Amino acid sequence: MEALIRFWHRLSSPRWFYEISSSWPLRFGVVSALLLGTGCVWGLVFAPADYQQGDSFRIIYIHVPAAIVAQSAYLVAASSGFVLLVWRLKLADMLLVSILPFGAAATALNLFTGAAWGKPTWGSWWFWDARTTSMLVLFFLYIGLMALREAIPRAEKAGKACAILVLVGVVNIPIIKYSVDWWLTLHQPATFTLTDKPSMPVEMWIPLAINVVGAYLLLIALVVGRLRVEILYRQSASSWVQDLVKRYRE
Amino acid sequence: MVIFFNQISREFKIASRSRSEIVNPLIFLFLGATLFGLAGAGDREQLSYFASGILWVLVLLSNMLSLEFMYRRDYLDGSLEQLVLLPETPFIPILAKIVVQWLLSGCVMTLIAPAAGLLLFIPSNEWPVLMLTLVLGSPALSFFGAICAALTVGAHRAGILLGLLALPLYIPILIFGISAITSHTQGMPIASQLYWLTAITVLSLTLAPHAVYGALKLSVDE
Repeated sequence: MEALIRFWHRLSSPRWFYEISSSWPLRFGVVSALLLGTGCVWGLVFAPADYQQGDSFRIIYIHVPAAIVAQSAYLVAASSGFVLLVWRLKLADMLLVSILPFGAAATALNLFTGAAWGKPTWGSWWFWDARTTSMLVLFFLYIGLMALREAIPRAEKAGKACAILVLVGVVNIPIIKYSVDWWLTLHQPATFTLTDKPSMPVEMWIPLAINVVGAYLLLIALVVGRLRVEILYRQSASSWVQDLVKRYRE
Repeated sequence: MVIFFNQISREFKIASRSRSEIVNPLIFLFLGATLFGLAGAGDREQLSYFASGILWVLVLLSNMLSLEFMYRRDYLDGSLEQLVLLPETPFIPILAKIVVQWLLSGCVMTLIAPAAGLLLFIPSNEWPVLMLTLVLGSPALSFFGAICAALTVGAHRAGILLGLLALPLYIPILIFGISAITSHTQGMPIASQLYWLTAITVLSLTLAPHAVYGALKLSVDE
């Protein structure tokens, strides 16, 4: 308990985080590259073809990890928005703005692979189906957050504004989800749920699980990398950053 | 309660001195209906099939246009600062402002939507449902919109940004509104969609003032 409280207090210091995280992007990046490499080769080459969809189903190995990462990134952004508004941790502010572009990119990748998958299976690039629509709305929420951040010049203010908007979005997401479920659902049901056994054969879903883990690690590597830059940028006036720059120059 | 009504009469007074900000979004609604009528080449069957959907979208867009000036004047003349400096959290004045915004946009649009619908040959059995869904759903538009307006009040070039923030939040309201109308034309009950619209409105009524207050505090704090 004591250690936990100390950890919590330390988290409020961007400097401490900057110092302990220096090797994270590389470590997570390498492990993620190994996992994604294995998962992609296994999934795209060796996994058996689907009995109905043939080889076109293989895009699932990109599509599903992108979707999971996109949604998790929004949840992380929302949690850090909550932490920022309640406890005013500076690091939460920086994490919130650092994760947005990657969440938006994952959503875009998910929509793009979805379109490429929809053409051979459903015969159209786009369908107004519940899940595709929610992802599209999620994409617009990300874009709105990024635009709001751009529009407010002062970084602290921009962070708090994004925190409010991201929380409004979180309240709205279940409503959006439910409202679009009103239409007949064309999409196949979720591939992974925490409660049920996967409906795919083992040799199909193991590479998928590897890719999901790899995608999460990639997200961590990228976000921590960006977060470190954000920390330096925001704290550029403080003495420890100045010292760092001086040492780097020498 | 006295504060609430005083605030409402103040807002009405201010609105009456800047009529164009109120009237222009309403003109936009008619203009939009005209453009859709022309783009549909005046085809009676096609237009009447899409009329309710087009009207709902036009209401969303004109509502968005009316938001831009919602807090701008109070921001420039310093009343927002006074509001935020009040010792108590100013939920009642904030609520009053949103209510007036709704009365002058969503409520008026609900009343004139059937008239704009005439340009699109809206079927005569559809417009009562259209008005019902609008009157239940449009307050939620004002509440969500007020959050976005409060967030962007200090920002440069707030116009398009406001649309980017508000329109995704409007989507569930649009979906339930349209869903009620299509169910009605197919002869199915529409109660559940109306309950949903009301639920969203009540939820936003309770939660939005908190978010608006937080956003205004940010925007004012320089």
